[in-house]
Amino acid sequence: MAELSFPKRPYRTKGGVHAPHNKNTAHKESVMMPVPAIVALPMTQHIGAPCKPMVKVGDTVDVGQQIAGSDAFVSAPIHASVSGKVKKIDKITMPDGSKVEAVFIESDGEQRLSPDIKPPKVDSLSDLITAVRNSGLVGLGGAGFPTAVKLNIPSDKNVDTLIINVAECEPYITSDHREILENSWDVISGIITVKEFLNIHRVIIGIENNKPDAIKALREIADSSIDPEDEIRVLPIKATYPQGAEKILIKACTGREVPVGGLPSDAGCLVMNVGSIAFISRYLKTGIPLISRRLTVDGGCIENPVNVIVPIGTPIKEVIDFVGGYKEQPYKLIMGGPMMGISLPNDDLYVLKQNNAILALSEKEAKYNEPTACIRCGKCLDACPMRLQPLELANAANRGDIDALKAYNAMNCMECGCCSFTCPAKRHLVQNIRMGKALIQKAKRDEIAANKGGKK
Amino acid sequence: MESKLHVSSSPHFKGNNSTRRIMLDVIIALCPAAIAACVIFGLRSMVLIGVCVSTCVLLEYASRKIMKRDTTIGDLSAVVTGLLLALNLPVDINPLIAMFGCLIAIVVVKQMFGGIGMNFVNPALAARIVLLVSFPSAMMHWVTAAGAPAAAQIDATTSATPLAAAPGVYSYIDLLIGRCGGSIGEVCAVALILGGIYLVVRRVISPIIPCVYLATAALMSLIVGLDPLYQLLSGGLLLGAIFMATDYTTSPVTKWGKVIFAVGCGFFTILLRAYSNMPEGVSFSILLMNILVPHIERLTTPRTLGYVKKAKGEKK
Repeated sequence: MAELSFPKRPYRTKGGVHAPHNKNTAHKESVMMPVPAIVALPMTQHIGAPCKPMVKVGDTVDVGQQIAGSDAFVSAPIHASVSGKVKKIDKITMPDGSKVEAVFIESDGEQRLSPDIKPPKVDSLSDLITAVRNSGLVGLGGAGFPTAVKLNIPSDKNVDTLIINVAECEPYITSDHREILENSWDVISGIITVKEFLNIHRVIIGIENNKPDAIKALREIADSSIDPEDEIRVLPIKATYPQGAEKILIKACTGREVPVGGLPSDAGCLVMNVGSIAFISRYLKTGIPLISRRLTVDGGCIENPVNVIVPIGTPIKEVIDFVGGYKEQPYKLIMGGPMMGISLPNDDLYVLKQNNAILALSEKEAKYNEPTACIRCGKCLDACPMRLQPLELANAANRGDIDALKAYNAMNCMECGCCSFTCPAKRHLVQNIRMGKALIQKAKRDEIAANKGGKK
Repeated sequence: MESKLHVSSSPHFKGNNSTRRIMLDVIIALCPAAIAACVIFGLRSMVLIGVCVSTCVLLEYASRKIMKRDTTIGDLSAVVTGLLLALNLPVDINPLIAMFGCLIAIVVVKQMFGGIGMNFVNPALAARIVLLVSFPSAMMHWVTAAGAPAAAQIDATTSATPLAAAPGVYSYIDLLIGRCGGSIGEVCAVALILGGIYLVVRRVISPIIPCVYLATAALMSLIVGLDPLYQLLSGGLLLGAIFMATDYTTSPVTKWGKVIFAVGCGFFTILLRAYSNMPEGVSFSILLMNILVPHIERLTTPRTLGYVKKAKGEKK
């Protein structure tokens, strides 16, 4: 195989939109949130099998003690983020509307560290994967895919490039940006750990060029003697949404395309969020599992926007009160970014592991317009980073035409929302396509069920 | 906090585009041509434009009301149709004929097929062709333009269009600034090009269709032995290439589809100009290509990211 080279400038990617950046919190030091009176830890804070509670009502738990786990391969254990008593185990409504069991822990305010916590011994790749699994780490960028599964690359895949995702292309969100400025050494030492164990010799830190201070901070360390072979390079990429989407970032950093239906490893890449990689390095040093995270609290209705480090499971209402409360009645409350985040029905929900922002948007910011007729302007085609035809997909979804949805590659849509953002007729394109994807999946399930029925 | 939050599907941010803004941009882009029409043919052209625009808006409003649907005159698309139709008519046409054209454009071609975005041919163009076939003499009665060369004069009030006139009667300058006979909006090439540049700069249209259309027409002119520059500047070619062929609803949305569409338009325009009985071919060629749009789009579906025919590793 030819020697791997580092690109001088990013490869061209198509589409995308210029959403307003609104990075109001980029220059503010993160603040640490005091321990809340109660935390709720839902059993699903990751993609994969839900965990089962390992504690009973009335049990006393310590900080960092594992309270839930699962034997499934794709899953991540959950740890207590406060010390105190298990008050109840009850179903709560998740942001997406599903009902999930959650462990409620009433804090005793002592933050007593669990005696089991000690730095893990890591001598091999399998040690690292086990350690990461035990840490409960999931992708902190928003998707929440268990990191241990990601590191467990199948042997038939040849992964030669590690890409660190610092694009942070969603408006408002600056939690990754602050992570770099505040913990840049953790980032680099995490990178070195992962690249050594996975035997990767090319690490590209893909970072949007609207964060010059973070680029400078990373370059200073990456160019120092800590990286003698010069295998870690920072690549500034253009600041358009959605440069941080995995497939787009891979294209921008390596010029490779992830095949339709494939994973990044099919393109020889491993993509990790900067927050996740910094956490790995901290976990290997301290052994404290994922019990808190940094999240951006911002939006036109927030009194004092800032990044907050919060214990996982903190009620969202308390986080907002901590930063000064609402300036005015918000029009929309969003978990995640304004382009892909989920809008919440109320603030009676809890911070999850993969939750990178809470935004309280005013009516002016999150304007809603009734959809009007499609004028076939084709702007959605120009905006689609996956080069799909959103208008055709949305039409096919509306008429329930599964064959057409498949023909137009509906499953390749990553729901970034560029089409809806750019549509002059304000049509709900991405919403319709999401519906279309669900139709395809339902048809597939029905087909499998029918086949099983036939065999019996 | 009271439960007054709005819940909807992402994205929660929307761009500032709107159908109305796009239509307003098209109207702005047509202004130079409309002003040129007033200068060249007098204030009568203003009256004609007024009649067409108000009739179109009125008919759109009435037909939506009769069909018990939401009123859509707010999106200004009816104004664009009326303006385009007026710019495609001779200045001294009977206003009743012009109003009949509006009826064809708005009621028959646009609303009967479902309103904005649903028509399969360009309403203004279809109306022009219906009028051309129904009232040929009125539609080809070209009043002498201000400053037109005397050699083009047919009688006391009318003169030949550049396409019908003998070669050498009109100079390139005459064509550029509109000292020639023709529909009120098509004569002044400079005004049309200005409008086209505005649309491209405002990103309302992509330059693919006008550029490829004009390039194909120039090439075809060379092949059939006509003067390419003269062909581009005369008749309705610029108006058609910049404002008619780029109509969103009736042109392909895919990039290569746009190219094929524009090549077809250019090819048929010059073919009709050179070999048919009629002096002009722009309307018919665009109309023909309009009908082919769904097929062109199906042929030019873009390759989605990561799509490989044989999924075998990375291309080297």
